Amino acid sequence: MTRTLPCGNRFTPLTGRLARHTLAASVALVALGGGVLGSSAVYAADCDMSDVSGKINFLGNEFPAIQAIVAAAESCAHDGLTIDSNLTAEHKDIQVAALTANPSEYTGAFVANGSLVPLMNADLVRPLNDLVEKYGENISDRQKIVIDGNVVAIAFMANAQHLMYRKDMLEEAGVDAPTSYEDVLAAAQAIKDKGLADYPFTGTFGSGWNLGEEFINMYMGFGGQLFKDGTAEANLDSEEAIKTLEMMKSLAGFMNPDYLTFDTNAAQAEFEQGKAAMVNLWGSRAGAVIDDEGAAEGVVDNVVFAAAPMVGGGDTPATTLWWDGFVIPKNISDADAEATFQALAQGLTAELANANADAAVWLIDGYEPTDAAEGVLASAQGGAKPYPMLPYVNLMHTALGDNLVDFLQGSEDAAKAMSDATAAYTTAAKEGGYL
Amino acid sequence: MPHRTFWMFLAPSAIAMLLFIALPIISVVVQSLYIENEKVLVKTETCGPFGCEEQVKVDEVASAKLLEERPLGRFNGFGTYTNRSHLAIDELKSAWANRDSLGDFGREMMNLPFYKALAFTLTYTFATTPIVLLLGFLLALAVNTLHRWLKGVVIFATLLPFIVTPLIGSLVLFWMIDADGIIGSTLQWIYDDPSLSLKASPTLTWITLIIYGIWHTTPFAFIVFYAGLQTVPGETIESAMIDGATRFQRTIYVTIPYLAPLVLFVMLIHLMDSFRVFEPIVGFSAEANATSLSWVIYNDLSQETKLFGSAAATSVLTIIGICIILTPVVYRTWKDFRS
Repeated sequence: MTRTLPCGNRFTPLTGRLARHTLAASVALVALGGGVLGSSAVYAADCDMSDVSGKINFLGNEFPAIQAIVAAAESCAHDGLTIDSNLTAEHKDIQVAALTANPSEYTGAFVANGSLVPLMNADLVRPLNDLVEKYGENISDRQKIVIDGNVVAIAFMANAQHLMYRKDMLEEAGVDAPTSYEDVLAAAQAIKDKGLADYPFTGTFGSGWNLGEEFINMYMGFGGQLFKDGTAEANLDSEEAIKTLEMMKSLAGFMNPDYLTFDTNAAQAEFEQGKAAMVNLWGSRAGAVIDDEGAAEGVVDNVVFAAAPMVGGGDTPATTLWWDGFVIPKNISDADAEATFQALAQGLTAELANANADAAVWLIDGYEPTDAAEGVLASAQGGAKPYPMLPYVNLMHTALGDNLVDFLQGSEDAAKAMSDATAAYTTAAKEGGYL
Repeated sequence: MPHRTFWMFLAPSAIAMLLFIALPIISVVVQSLYIENEKVLVKTETCGPFGCEEQVKVDEVASAKLLEERPLGRFNGFGTYTNRSHLAIDELKSAWANRDSLGDFGREMMNLPFYKALAFTLTYTFATTPIVLLLGFLLALAVNTLHRWLKGVVIFATLLPFIVTPLIGSLVLFWMIDADGIIGSTLQWIYDDPSLSLKASPTLTWITLIIYGIWHTTPFAFIVFYAGLQTVPGETIESAMIDGATRFQRTIYVTIPYLAPLVLFVMLIHLMDSFRVFEPIVGFSAEANATSLSWVIYNDLSQETKLFGSAAATSVLTIIGICIILTPVVYRTWKDFRS
């Protein structure tokens, strides 16, 4: 099924409070961030798996970080060990079916917070505890996704939507760097008044998944809870929800009128062409924003990556943290599972991370973050929450993405929008067996 | 033809249709009557790069047991058909009871996803069909009068919009109507309104999609009518000319009656196709302003958690809708055949 949706550079972090001390350790490594723009060189591991034979096949998304890891794994191939991959933006659509087959079509799947949940629900993921003990020298504790004591996935990169802005345009308008969305609105107004840009702000407000993600990010910033404690019931009739909608509408007032068609590619293009002064964009796109391709004059030199703004007087950046990692399916032979894990683990080194420094915000120890990683790390350090990894959160995400358009276009009020989203979610949850 | 020969001739097609059309449809209908088993949720601790937290997850062992007992899921009868994502019977009843006015009830109905999609699908179907027929016929008449060595090239050029893959065609048009694209900026200049955007308002988006539909399907009507025009008997035209009929009268009284069966054919095909409109909505990223029944099915199946029962129910409703729309045409064809 073809889609004009962006390649999903989205990582779904495990549900978890941000443990500041965990991040402080990685921030210490960040302090080395002297930002030499690393070229995304393919890192060829000298991999020695000549005594291992079998068949390895990867399924995953198609962005540069995953391509780098798969390339590193593929260097282990030899006559007895074939390594294939299917990297596509549609991987989420086929992963459950492909991994349900016995034997599974793929021996390793790249997932994020969101795409791990359906695999866990269908019990398709193999616990990796023993494999981690055997081959996991390069894998730090914070990379292990542990559910109920079982290591179910190994994460290798983090991602989040955060603020990118043009410091020259803000200077000309006479505003300081925004730290909250209220600041963003003021800055946008100032820029518009000075005539520097017609639509000073842009973001991924495209109806559907992207719009749902914007709502969830902003809602987290206001401290809202998506579900009533411990249940699968929606909790959208809260004050925070109304405030979230109002803030989104105010932001939309400063956006290109086509904002409901904007996916990640469109938002990135608006910003790179110099049409917008501020954008709320995925950190994984930061490298692409400051490279030499596609940017108008004066954009690349003046881009600053900052943490996602806070909102409503809170102190949480209004964004969610995501991780990307890999899982090994249950329905394959133990030998293939071991070979796959070994091939992947030997590639997850600091050398790979630094050779592809701009491709992702790597979670690997020894990674030296570049400028491109600043926004994500600042958001994480600021206390942003991870994207919830609940079994029914995808249904809520879809319901939100489908039901906010009427409010943003002005044809219904905030309370009605929230009750529509709640009703849509409840119907889907009943059908899915969660309610 | 003796009956035996007829059935033997038909058998391969009949078997293929049974296996690849009838059985899958029955499977979809059965699936639409079930919903998933209840999910057993347990509290657990989840740790990741950003810390540890108490979480909820699906108990795989209990869920697998439930799946063994009830592989199809829980029987829901027509529950899925009447829930809010489909016919929304309860919501409609309460909207009717609490209505302030008919317009109010209409707005409430349009707020429901199925009816919103149905409204656009029907508008698209009934707006494109007559225009496609008319334009196709006029084009066929025009090309028929061309000189021989010009005809081939013109026919090819006229067929191009139909040959182009719908998704690519709609993407191209999407970029052209962008505020920075050639059509978008021309319209902005004509109306002297720098904020005019075809993508921003539902009405303009609907019009754009309908225009795309006409652009895409007219060549099909054109080529069918053009072929039909070649079979209009020359003697009848000549005798009409001798009787003093003008060109216009010849067209109305001779050509069109000959082409009437083709009109029914094109209408049949186009009604069926346009009721399943989908590619333009994806190509134009128009789901904020226009959704169709096929898009609703796609949306159910393209999220991380797939709703098979809901998609199956919408599919069955789409089939029923097509049958309803085609009934007059099929009835007319049957009557013609009988007489």
